[in-house]
Amino acid sequence: MSGFDWIVPVILTVITAATPLVFAGIGELVTEKSGVLNLGIEGMMLVGAVSGFIAATLTGNYFLAVAAAAVAGAIMAFLFGVLTLSLMANQVATGLALTLFGVGLSALMGQEFVGVPVSALAQLDIAGLSDIPFIGPILFAQDALVYLSFFMVGAVSWFLYKTKAGLILRAVGDSHDAAHSIGYPVIGIRYLAVMFGGAMSGIGGAYLSLAYTPMWAENMTAGRGWIALALIVFATWKPGLVLVGAYMFGGITILQLHAQAAGLNVPSQVLSMLPYLATVLVLVLISKDQSRIRKHAPACIGKIFHPAA
Amino acid sequence: MLLKIEKRSEYSKAMVYLTPLIALALTVLTSILLFELLGVNPIEALYQFFVAPLDTEYEFSELFVKATPLMLCAIGLSVGFRANVWNIGAEGQLTMGAIVGSSLFIYFPETDSIFLLPVMIILGAVGGAAWAAIPAYLKTRFNANEILTSLMLVYVAILVLSMLVHGPWRDPAGFNFPESQTFSESADMPILVSGTRMHFGTLLALLAVFGAWIMMARTLVGFQVKVIGQAPRAGGYAGFSQKKVIWFALLFSGALAGVAGLSEVSGPIDQVLPSISPGYGFTAIIVAFLGRLHPVGIFFASLLMALTYLGGETAQINLGLPVAVTGVFQGMVLFFLLACDVLVHYRFRLNTARKATS
Amino acid sequence: MTLKHISTLIGVAALASGLLVGGTANAEDKIGFIYVGPVGDHGWTYRHDVGRQAVQNEFGDKVKTTFVESVKEGPDSERVIRQMAADGHKLIFTTSFGFMNPTLKVAKQFPDVKFEHATGYKRADNVSTYSARFYEGRYVVGKVAGKMTKSNIIGYVGSFPIPEVVRGINAMTLAARSVNPDVTVKVAWVSTWYDPGKEGDAAKALIDQGADVILQHTDSPAPLQVAENRGVWAVGQASDMTKFAPKAQLTAIIDDWDGYYIERTKAVLDGTWKSEDVWGGFKSGMVKLAPYNTAIPEDVIALAKETQKGIEDGSILPFAGPFNKQDGSVGAAEGSALDDGTLLGMNWYVEGVEGQLPK
Repeated sequence: MSGFDWIVPVILTVITAATPLVFAGIGELVTEKSGVLNLGIEGMMLVGAVSGFIAATLTGNYFLAVAAAAVAGAIMAFLFGVLTLSLMANQVATGLALTLFGVGLSALMGQEFVGVPVSALAQLDIAGLSDIPFIGPILFAQDALVYLSFFMVGAVSWFLYKTKAGLILRAVGDSHDAAHSIGYPVIGIRYLAVMFGGAMSGIGGAYLSLAYTPMWAENMTAGRGWIALALIVFATWKPGLVLVGAYMFGGITILQLHAQAAGLNVPSQVLSMLPYLATVLVLVLISKDQSRIRKHAPACIGKIFHPAA
Repeated sequence: MLLKIEKRSEYSKAMVYLTPLIALALTVLTSILLFELLGVNPIEALYQFFVAPLDTEYEFSELFVKATPLMLCAIGLSVGFRANVWNIGAEGQLTMGAIVGSSLFIYFPETDSIFLLPVMIILGAVGGAAWAAIPAYLKTRFNANEILTSLMLVYVAILVLSMLVHGPWRDPAGFNFPESQTFSESADMPILVSGTRMHFGTLLALLAVFGAWIMMARTLVGFQVKVIGQAPRAGGYAGFSQKKVIWFALLFSGALAGVAGLSEVSGPIDQVLPSISPGYGFTAIIVAFLGRLHPVGIFFASLLMALTYLGGETAQINLGLPVAVTGVFQGMVLFFLLACDVLVHYRFRLNTARKATS
Repeated sequence: MTLKHISTLIGVAALASGLLVGGTANAEDKIGFIYVGPVGDHGWTYRHDVGRQAVQNEFGDKVKTTFVESVKEGPDSERVIRQMAADGHKLIFTTSFGFMNPTLKVAKQFPDVKFEHATGYKRADNVSTYSARFYEGRYVVGKVAGKMTKSNIIGYVGSFPIPEVVRGINAMTLAARSVNPDVTVKVAWVSTWYDPGKEGDAAKALIDQGADVILQHTDSPAPLQVAENRGVWAVGQASDMTKFAPKAQLTAIIDDWDGYYIERTKAVLDGTWKSEDVWGGFKSGMVKLAPYNTAIPEDVIALAKETQKGIEDGSILPFAGPFNKQDGSVGAAEGSALDDGTLLGMNWYVEGVEGQLPK
């Protein structure tokens, strides 16, 4: 036995803390890449969490549960799309209203499901491999959603940078007028991007209610949707860095708790501030260099597009 | 598509006044459905939401108490939004204003002077403005997106408040509970109408509404803000500095949010608590848009927003409706109002011709 | 025309539209409850709402109970309390510490309405305070935890370092060390009453640092779920949480407000209500323990029951000396016990707790 036994459980804890952030972050990344800023992540996550939980309780089928969460999140995002894309409402205000709505709606939907236990999403032990010391439990004994989160990051990265559709999506986000004049359906593409973001937020929420803490309780996301938002900036709109950022945010929370349990004396508030300050710092560093920000940040973010304009 | 959205050559004056009514009508119709689903008499529910909270003069005064911080924050934010400066960190600036403003009382509780409160109000404005100066500096110096920097600073401000109230600012006679001692009379906002909680902060809010109206309509500053917001390049030709407008917009909105925070702690709260705002700074963003970024519109929008909160409480007491319904209801009102705004600048038209080849 | 007239007119218009506006003039007495969280929190607020329902069941159509949930501490709470008072409520329970000053302010304006404020320390002629001696429960649990731990490390998920929480940590520590002097207690503060994810993470961190019994002073069952998953022991909070952790839950410290709420409502109905300061423990029934886990050895259960009985009859005082504070100075000398005033302001750890109490 080495002195590093404690590392494995710590890493496992960080993985569960980071996974909801990865989902919400990667979804919002695609939304933002198409030039839309949706501040309603928290609301979509909550509706996803409760929908997934209800489906799991009623059917016992976790595949259906995750699908339900994704669909619920996408419906919420569709609502956002109708308002901001078709009716050209302001995205910041609509996103905030969406969160307000989502908090209320999820509480209403979940009324009968408070205090109902559900068994946690099963871990997929990959036979033989999960017994390897150290890397086994970390790499080969996670639940399906953790693997899915990694897969989604890879898939989004491939989609955005290696496919034509991804190129078009980025073009729409960088200059909707130019994309429109070439003949791309700007609004349609943005609808898809927004709904993908909603679906991912929904799954991120479901990870909370099915795997992280398998239960439903009002407002159980406790602000994680807002952290996801910070994450994207931190990652300078690069999918791979969303993953790194999510693990860093998760890691800081966990290490802070460990520091306390180990008797280290630092005010918890100071430690809690670190991720936010780090985000501001990263933002400053990447923004300073105009060429870098232009390369990755979608130029049209938050701007309303009207084809006839 | 059968329906086509067309930009109006000029915005519709009629729609400016009609859309809120259309939105209200749509909300009423949808909520009848919602309340039916929940098994509640819809007419009674609507009555509880919109009429019952204004039953008495006292309750009417409460509407203003609730609307005051929303109004102050939204007025400040709207000026920034007009200039395309997206400060969404009013919640943090509000918190910082409350911290800096009340620090005077916390460290000199014995002070009994008529100057105490005015200085606290000024310090509140300074605190809020200073917190907003950070995104302004980062934006003008490093080009860092103010939406995100101001949002991140909200959390930092709230944690600073939590640290103070759980630590050095605790009431020495308060059994270590996380709250400060209650403010002395000279640190309290004077009450405007005796027997109510309507305080001097409400007057400041009305002043802000009026002042912002004059500023935007009549002064060069307001003109610069509008020009930079609509056509930054044209503003540049006219010799307006975009950086100056960014600084102005953030400092102005930060100062008003700071005043809002201070008027809450030395008004209705009367002490410093670990949480002093149920998200006024965020709600104010919605209020600013509901009011179409116009001071008069914001005045009415903040009253409407306040009314839905009060109505939600009344509905809970009298009908036993869960608080979740308030959230759903508020969300619906906002969605419809935001959606109907499209009619001001655009019109719907049936697409008679077959889809043209694009 | 005053505003009242205008709104009356609108009301009449609503009536005239042929739909009846439900009359609120009821003969029964109204009893109001103000909650800081949602009734769906499955913790603190949930238990108060169970108490409200008990009142409703007990008195049937003689009373009408109403509540407002998720009321923010600060200006909103004063308005809601006042609205209830103005609305003809006879008795109003304000169930969070942060409602203290608003309750007193409103009480001054409504001398005929009775108020009951939970966990506060300021009273008036028409304002009582009540709270429960949860530390008694924690003391009993501490005996069990001290016996059950193999690693001699007990983990404690704390919310905020206020006296109420510190008292619980100390009571538990004293009891655990009385049966097992080698026990040390690790505390992780999460700075929230309610964030299932973070509470669960704190429990994981404590377990990773060797704790094999987890206690919590936060509201969600997440720490128990973690304990269940990791195969260590845990103690439920506020409600019996055994369905979330059937194997791990040793017992749970249950808040039971039913009896108190019924008693005080009855006092108001009978006209015998007086302002009091009630701090009830096991004896009053405000604090209860859930059934013990069958995996606990019988002698340990017997010890726990004996301890509880001792506390009830007053032969055992959890904070009786001799014991030391964390810094080695005397907490209470042999033959003495801490009085309620000291307990209410407790801001130091006893010996055996690790780390520094955040200030």
